[in-house]
Amino acid sequence: MSVLADLVIVALLMLGGGFALIGSWGLVRLPSTMERLHGPTKATTLGLGALLLASVVHFQARLGIWTAHELLISLFLFITAPISANMIAKVHLHRTRAGADGEHDGIAGRPPCPGGDADWATFEAPKRGTPASTASD
Amino acid sequence: MIGIALHLAAGCIAVALVLNLWRLLRGPALGDRILALDTMVINAIALIVLIGMIGGTDSYFEAALLLAMVGFVSTIAYCKFILRGDIVE
Repeated sequence: MSVLADLVIVALLMLGGGFALIGSWGLVRLPSTMERLHGPTKATTLGLGALLLASVVHFQARLGIWTAHELLISLFLFITAPISANMIAKVHLHRTRAGADGEHDGIAGRPPCPGGDADWATFEAPKRGTPASTASD
Repeated sequence: MIGIALHLAAGCIAVALVLNLWRLLRGPALGDRILALDTMVINAIALIVLIGMIGGTDSYFEAALLLAMVGFVSTIAYCKFILRGDIVE
């Protein structure tokens, strides 16, 4: 039982450390900002989830303490990581459009425009009558 | 075995923090810097958890939880400031 728990803890620790390292390596190596978003927001978050799971198993199996704070942390992180990624992507799109960054495009080129005369929703003013609109009538 | 694995994982996180610092200093776009800061906060949480496991106490996790919340809020505040020029409208 103890050997099995040790193996699980070691496997989770290696998985977590490896994924965190891969995420940061992707942050350094990938060619453009929109591609660099992938590394930290996916790999690093998964790695931290594995580390926190290792911590739960470690405290339960080795010391006999049941701790659940870690599950709270990983739940919070899994909820918030896509939101911050979305906000960073919006910042990048708006700054590129304003010409502030002079960003070159990545491997895939610019994202295609939606059809018709529409533009990306983040560039448009909120339409009237929607919850995002702050127009008076 | 667990001690070696713990220190190896801490070494991985330390190397990851150095890579993040490189991207934070290098840029080139502002989004990269915000992303590097966000990743550094996540790696700091991982380091705190590993230190708690090495020391065998569970009193570090409140710090990790607080850091997770403050890191997310600061990233959103920074993005809102860049996007709108104002944080609370």
